Amino acid sequence: MAEHLLEVRNLSVRFHTAQGVVNAVNDVSWHLDPGETLAILGESGSGKSVSSSAIMNLIDCPPGEITEGEIFFDGMDLLKASDEERRALNGKRIAMIFQDPLSHLNPVYTVGWQIAETITAHGRPDQMAKDRALELVRRVGIPNPEQAMKKYPHQFSGGQRQRLMIAMALGLKPDILIADEPTTALDVTVQAEILTLLEELQEETGMGLVLITHDLGVVAEAADRAVVMEGGRIVETGTPHDLYHNAQHPYTRKLLAAAPGKGEMRQPDAQAQPILSCRNLSKTYGAFHALDRVNFDLMKAETLAIVGESGSGKSTTARLILRLEEASGGEALWHGEDLLKKSPREMGKVRRQIQMVFQDPTQSLNPRMSVFEIISEAWVIHPGVVEKRRWRGRVEQLLGQVGLLPEHANRYPHQFSGGQRQRIAIARALALEPELIICDEAVSALDVSIQAQVIELLGRLRDELGIAFMFIAHDLPVVRDFADRVLVMKQGEIVEQGPVRQIFEDPREPYTQRLLAAGLDPDPEVQRQRREARLKLSA
Amino acid sequence: MQKAIGKRAISSFISLFLLVILVFFLSRLTGDPAALFLPVDASEEMLEAFRERHGLNDPVIVQFFSYLGDLVRGDFGDSLRKARPALDVVLEAFVWTLQLALITMALVTVAAVTLGSIAAFKVGTAFDRFTSMLSLIGASAPDFWIAIVAIVLFSVNLGWVPTSGTGSVWHWILPICVLFIRPFGLILQVVRGSMLSALGSAYVKTARAKGVKNRPIIFVHTLRNAMLPVVTVIGDQAAALLNGAVVVETIFGFPGVGKLMIDSILQRDFNVILAAIMVTALAIFIMNILIDLAYALLDPRIRA
Amino acid sequence: MGQNDMSDTTATEAPAAKPAPSKSSLLSMLFADQFATVAACFVILVILCAIFGPLLLGEAASDQNLRARNAPPFTLDRGWLYILGGDALGRPLLPRIVVAAQNTIMIAAGAVAGSFIIGAVLGLTAGYSRKLVSEVIMRLADVIMSFPSLLLAVIVLYVLEPSVLNLVLVLAITRIPIYLRTTRAEVLEVRERMFVQAAQVMGASTFRIVFRHILPVILPTLLTIATLDFAFVMLAESALSFLGIGIQPPEITWGLMVSQGRQYLTSAWWLAFWPGLAIILTTMSLNLLSGWMRVALDPTQRWRLETGGKKNG
Repeated sequence: MAEHLLEVRNLSVRFHTAQGVVNAVNDVSWHLDPGETLAILGESGSGKSVSSSAIMNLIDCPPGEITEGEIFFDGMDLLKASDEERRALNGKRIAMIFQDPLSHLNPVYTVGWQIAETITAHGRPDQMAKDRALELVRRVGIPNPEQAMKKYPHQFSGGQRQRLMIAMALGLKPDILIADEPTTALDVTVQAEILTLLEELQEETGMGLVLITHDLGVVAEAADRAVVMEGGRIVETGTPHDLYHNAQHPYTRKLLAAAPGKGEMRQPDAQAQPILSCRNLSKTYGAFHALDRVNFDLMKAETLAIVGESGSGKSTTARLILRLEEASGGEALWHGEDLLKKSPREMGKVRRQIQMVFQDPTQSLNPRMSVFEIISEAWVIHPGVVEKRRWRGRVEQLLGQVGLLPEHANRYPHQFSGGQRQRIAIARALALEPELIICDEAVSALDVSIQAQVIELLGRLRDELGIAFMFIAHDLPVVRDFADRVLVMKQGEIVEQGPVRQIFEDPREPYTQRLLAAGLDPDPEVQRQRREARLKLSA
Repeated sequence: MQKAIGKRAISSFISLFLLVILVFFLSRLTGDPAALFLPVDASEEMLEAFRERHGLNDPVIVQFFSYLGDLVRGDFGDSLRKARPALDVVLEAFVWTLQLALITMALVTVAAVTLGSIAAFKVGTAFDRFTSMLSLIGASAPDFWIAIVAIVLFSVNLGWVPTSGTGSVWHWILPICVLFIRPFGLILQVVRGSMLSALGSAYVKTARAKGVKNRPIIFVHTLRNAMLPVVTVIGDQAAALLNGAVVVETIFGFPGVGKLMIDSILQRDFNVILAAIMVTALAIFIMNILIDLAYALLDPRIRA
Repeated sequence: MGQNDMSDTTATEAPAAKPAPSKSSLLSMLFADQFATVAACFVILVILCAIFGPLLLGEAASDQNLRARNAPPFTLDRGWLYILGGDALGRPLLPRIVVAAQNTIMIAAGAVAGSFIIGAVLGLTAGYSRKLVSEVIMRLADVIMSFPSLLLAVIVLYVLEPSVLNLVLVLAITRIPIYLRTTRAEVLEVRERMFVQAAQVMGASTFRIVFRHILPVILPTLLTIATLDFAFVMLAESALSFLGIGIQPPEITWGLMVSQGRQYLTSAWWLAFWPGLAIILTTMSLNLLSGWMRVALDPTQRWRLETGGKKNG
């Protein structure tokens, strides 16, 4: 057998939890060669990061237990090595970066110190560590590196923090870098930059890169080879090209089919009348303009998508319309009446007609109320919508409408999966038979396959019940499949708005073009073209 | 930071002012000091002269404003009992309390932080269970009971240390030991819990992935983060001690500010009560600022 | 990390079948922690003593027997009532401790209930109302906090008479800030949660949001604190009674018994020792229970008990 840089053989890990023993990974084998990028693709619960944790000796035992397997690095089985031997490898030969760099950086030490620590922890002198740290901070593209060294993690943006994490990992030029969801929760443009940086650094150092991700687009953009995991097992291995065009395992095919952005685009109804019109809607926090004179119309039974990166003001727009926050200026006309001027009592009546579905269903459902209580609460607040004796039946009917069972009414939110919870939240929104449902990142916390199901559900409800949607999202492919019209926002202003086809096929503003180019496509060929377009735009 | 201190100063001043008003009027309700200070067979004229001399015949509201007037000039009035400036009496007692509080808190902090950190790192072991038990007993112990049991055991039966007073180093041992128990128990629990959650945090994982050794992970990465809630509790406990450990000071005949306040209330020595409250309030104010500074020192996110 | 990964294994769309937490599972979680079980039993015993003690043993407790003055413990010569010895007037200690449980527990319970309710209501108001109201309430808490609580108690009890009711009032006032601050801090956090905003979007009234959505979420935290505080209030009451400004004879509490036994310490240690032990055992049990509740009532911590009490970092 040829010698690989790193090889995981028949690894099985299980965890002893409250619900009994959970097999996190079963008989997992993969290998990595120098200069290669291996993607480990999987949804939540697939066990995709367990093998890397085992490599880094980060599994706590108990509750974890490595029941079987070998991890070969440098001719040595890591699982048989002593803790001290493994510690000496960590950071020096094998390094790791994580999702959510804010919590993975120590909040009370300067980033310069933390980067230098990788080097000093392995016995190098302080001055050398400091010089190298400065060099790295400069290399990963942080402005003013000298000052940046003395700053603390909270003083940087999300993208910059991930750059600093990368600098920290590369202190001793490791042979292997493991990146665990390094770009999740970052804006698309920032994601593209980070992936490019990783690629450049890999070329410079020749290290092997393990990229753990849930995103087919990341695989298409960055990987040489990918393993697909489901339920703790590897179901398929291959190049991104093979996986995309020639997937063998049903799970891989299901994942590919669920990836959004391939469907027919919708055509807005030109005759529809506006039900909601925002005029010069503004919100300021002190001198900061969160929302600056925003104008748009939302037509009857139409789906209007609002897209933009974090801080673009897309959620603020929704919160102002719903009076969760008070606007600083402008008006929001609902059937010609200004919502912003309504008294709490009048607003209470309007609330029947405008409902909202939030991003994280785990948080948007009261954990101490049963599903029946959650849905019927709407009728307690708005008496007269449904007679009390018909509540039970109506709740069961609504549950059926969103694809759940009548007996689910007596259960509590924690007994459901993420996708089911979002269905409950949708049933709650439907309870008042609203004219408009505002979805604030309603599918972005869900796994791709579940996301697709929820989008399909929303589409069906739209067609059956004629509900208008305001669909706030950062994920462009989902918007492409679902919206009639799209509104692109940036730093509190509307950059461009138009029918979905025009925005996606003929974007006029450079920002919209950049946003589209930064998005990742699961098809490696399409992604290659995007990448070229992106490089051309940034040049 | 300066703004925060300024804000704290204003709110503390308002609190103190309200407190002075409350205590001033409440204490006048406890009765007539003349009856306590003069012999039982004192004539009505003598009582009258006593009241006149100390301004006790004026309406309470007039007394209050004249007290405030004196206060502005830095005059806290005289102690009826000791016939000396009330402030001097209080400061004398306060020095004792301050020493007692500082020594006790220093010992408590060192012991609780060390043992708590180790217990958190060795969670589930015999050592952890032992310290948990220790802290539980400490946090539940009634100090007056511990004090009298300790006196019987160590002073009366064994004769190792004196029962009360302040003469020698030996006099300090029992009061410090008794005062040590509760804060030690409480702070140990907080240190352990806080260290546990800090050890489970993401940046510890990063440090392990960097190849940092265990000792720096505990004492460099985690401890500083875990100290934030601990500092708060240390502050609360120190404030309680500065207010005078009334019970322990009474039992051990320790001439601190707690005993002084109790005695002054029982003897209607109004000026001393008020001076004592103001002095301790100032001390606690200063200590709170030190706590704020400690916060800022520990956590750069607070410095902004 | 592996664990977070694992906690979401149900993310597939199969109908879920996790059992709901019921009262019986709460009980089994109690049994999972042996110390907490013992503590709970002891607290129940003390409460039973407090309720039925005076009825059953009231007479025995005040029965003076001059020949049993300062009678030593651990002898059945004078009957089982004297198993813990007799006091300075020859009254049996065991029944006296049982009877004294009533005042001790009643005062602590009254003070905790009072400060709990007032503190929680003020905290909910401060947390969910405009800045000004909130600011005023918080300053008020500061005033109480900045005052040495024992001294406030001394002054007030010295002005008023030291009855059970006044003792409860004074202790309740000094403990209000604890509940107030905790409630407000929790409300400020919970009101930003999505389900509160979801209720707002639905048009729920402020009253409904506060009492139906926010209060149930923060109640476990408050109950945990109240249990801990019960121990604290008991100690404070005992200290006051010990100093002679709490409960006055012939009423008795454990603290007063310690105080009365103090002068006989060298000749009859048991007079002060037994009631003190009663105090320390009760406060310890309450502390243990509070620690258990903190884990049991917190869904993110509960697994520690569900895995059979195996503690893990």
